[in-house]
Amino acid sequence: MKYLDEYRSGKTTKKLLKEIGEITTREHSIMEVCGGQTHSLVKNGILDLLPKEITMLHGPGCPVCVTPGSVIDEAIYLAEKEGVILCTFGDMMRVPGNNGSLTLSKSKGADIRVLYSPLEAVNIALNNPEKDIVFFAVGFETTAPANALALVHARQRGLENFFILSSHVLVPPAIEAILADPENRVNGFLAAGHVCTIMGLEEYVPIAERYSVPIVATGFEPVDLVEGILMVVKQLEDGRSEVENQYTRMVKRTGNPKARELLDQVYTKGDKEWRGIGRIPSSGLFVNDEFKRFDAREHFEILVSQEIEGGSECIAGEILSGKKKPTECLLFGKTCTPENPVGAPMVSSEGACAAYYHHSDLIIND
Amino acid sequence: MVNNDLITLGHGSGGLQTKRLLDSHIFSKLNNDYLRKADDGAILEMNGKAVVSTDSFVVSPFIFPGGNIGDLAINGTVNDIAMCGGIPKYISLSFILEEGLAISSLDLVLDSINHAANESGVEIVTGDTKVVEKGKGDEIFINTTGIGELMEGCQLGIDRIKDGDSIIVSGNVGTHGIAILSKREGLEFETQLKSDSTNLNQLVNGVLNEFGKDIKFLRDPTRGGVSSTLNEISQSSGLGAELNQIDIPILEEVGSACEMLGLDPLYVANEGIFVAIVSEKIGTKVVEFLRKEIKGKDAALIGAINQDLDSKVVLNGIIGGRRVVHMLSGEQLPRIC
Repeated sequence: MKYLDEYRSGKTTKKLLKEIGEITTREHSIMEVCGGQTHSLVKNGILDLLPKEITMLHGPGCPVCVTPGSVIDEAIYLAEKEGVILCTFGDMMRVPGNNGSLTLSKSKGADIRVLYSPLEAVNIALNNPEKDIVFFAVGFETTAPANALALVHARQRGLENFFILSSHVLVPPAIEAILADPENRVNGFLAAGHVCTIMGLEEYVPIAERYSVPIVATGFEPVDLVEGILMVVKQLEDGRSEVENQYTRMVKRTGNPKARELLDQVYTKGDKEWRGIGRIPSSGLFVNDEFKRFDAREHFEILVSQEIEGGSECIAGEILSGKKKPTECLLFGKTCTPENPVGAPMVSSEGACAAYYHHSDLIIND
Repeated sequence: MVNNDLITLGHGSGGLQTKRLLDSHIFSKLNNDYLRKADDGAILEMNGKAVVSTDSFVVSPFIFPGGNIGDLAINGTVNDIAMCGGIPKYISLSFILEEGLAISSLDLVLDSINHAANESGVEIVTGDTKVVEKGKGDEIFINTTGIGELMEGCQLGIDRIKDGDSIIVSGNVGTHGIAILSKREGLEFETQLKSDSTNLNQLVNGVLNEFGKDIKFLRDPTRGGVSSTLNEISQSSGLGAELNQIDIPILEEVGSACEMLGLDPLYVANEGIFVAIVSEKIGTKVVEFLRKEIKGKDAALIGAINQDLDSKVVLNGIIGGRRVVHMLSGEQLPRIC
């Protein structure tokens, strides 16, 4: 495949792995922030190829995983409402809320459409003026600009039947929350390449300085990941804590100013609940006053309990903050499987539990 | 009158409108002696053992790049018979039409059915047409039953698979599923991709004639893709399968679309390829044989049966890592980012 094959080269990967082995003198725990990176690490068998001193911890960068159950309940409530078409990204379909899932609602007759681009939802609103279209806008800094663009388009076209149910989260506050936790085990981070493409690198500098951790913006292919790990290990061995860029073919230090302008135009920052992790200050993006009329929460009266689920043996929160591995969970591969997920990380292909379940040799046989 | 152009409940009433639909569309398009008799059933000539297979077709959109539900139904049924070692001969055809379907669309589907049946050498011998109210169907559903004659001396079965047998695919994986997805509302993307839907009976019959009992097992990896087929084989046989990622043939466009959507091509549906498990000694010969044929030109040996893998399908990745390829659970859903 053009532009990708060189980043999937077995030869280059092995060379970089050898170099990691040569410079590693002690134990390091490194967190890859993004679920896409987790998926690639596991899918390509990289975890088994790293020196034993290096432990990869899997981060919270999986939008499906960190969307609270109560937000899924809101989506279900709207989907089942008469006259509403709910549009969603595919991997939100199976995530269990506190009460059912969108897949279940669809089978009961709710009009739910799986989309790849939020702009498609705007088209559906144009083509179905008699219906209310709600786009379930979930995601990190990567998807937020496209979702913001959908609102700008809806306003330009004067749509009165288009709304978004947003649950947007931001990476740096989550990294900070992990580092501030007294039980933190993470010595260095692979920051999510896609997020840095939009946001740039500057916002990571104060974090790297305050907590003395190396942070390397890293891509998603095997060569990217192994090179990113090498850069973190080099810093740790040298006693440095800098913000570096492995993903130079995509990430500029200043990011993508146009996309960030869109974010500023449509959203405002606020405290946000993360599934399994809890409330993180200033970690969410919410529709601002100017675009309020497109906010589904303003337009509809959504009757769902905002209570936070608990009581299950699921350790999703500890997995997403790097304290435990999926295989340390008592439910993993037994009562919790992709067919019957107990926690969200088992649902999405980017979720750490699903990545382990699908691609690892460590599967527990019944 | 507008009604003449659309399917109405009247077309399923069994009265005059039904007769007109049958005579001027279905019978006239699928013109053959069996159907012209308009009997309740058909009496068939058969030699030796019969192979029977039934299938229902519910694809959305029902007209897609590279085909439509009509040739998909015929090819799918013909291929199922062929995978059992049968020479497909006869097909039954039942339509469930939704009120409001354009009759011109039905005509298009019928033309494709006729073409696919002629190409694969089967006759449509009996059928049925029902109409359901608007909203009770998805434009057009087709159910088929195929009947074929078992090839002499043919012995295919999972129980014949042994450690070391070669795993072959007859062409590129994932093409059909991605072509369909590219036209689905909300997921459309620009591509020249066409479904690989085609009949494989002549190709399969040719392979069986050439290699006989050294062909152990055949299956067309439709829904659930190559991974589901190999998992079924691994679980039923109690032997595992080892695949080499670098050897799996895939069109560049399919690979790119899968990257974009976050799908694994091994789980994507195919309609024009088969998976063959064959004796190790003829593995490369079968691939050479297939590559001489148009429908087998991209055939490849992708791995081997391995009894040490404990009923698992294991993929050796390009960079040297290994992973287990599981059965697909639920629907493959496009990801967020």
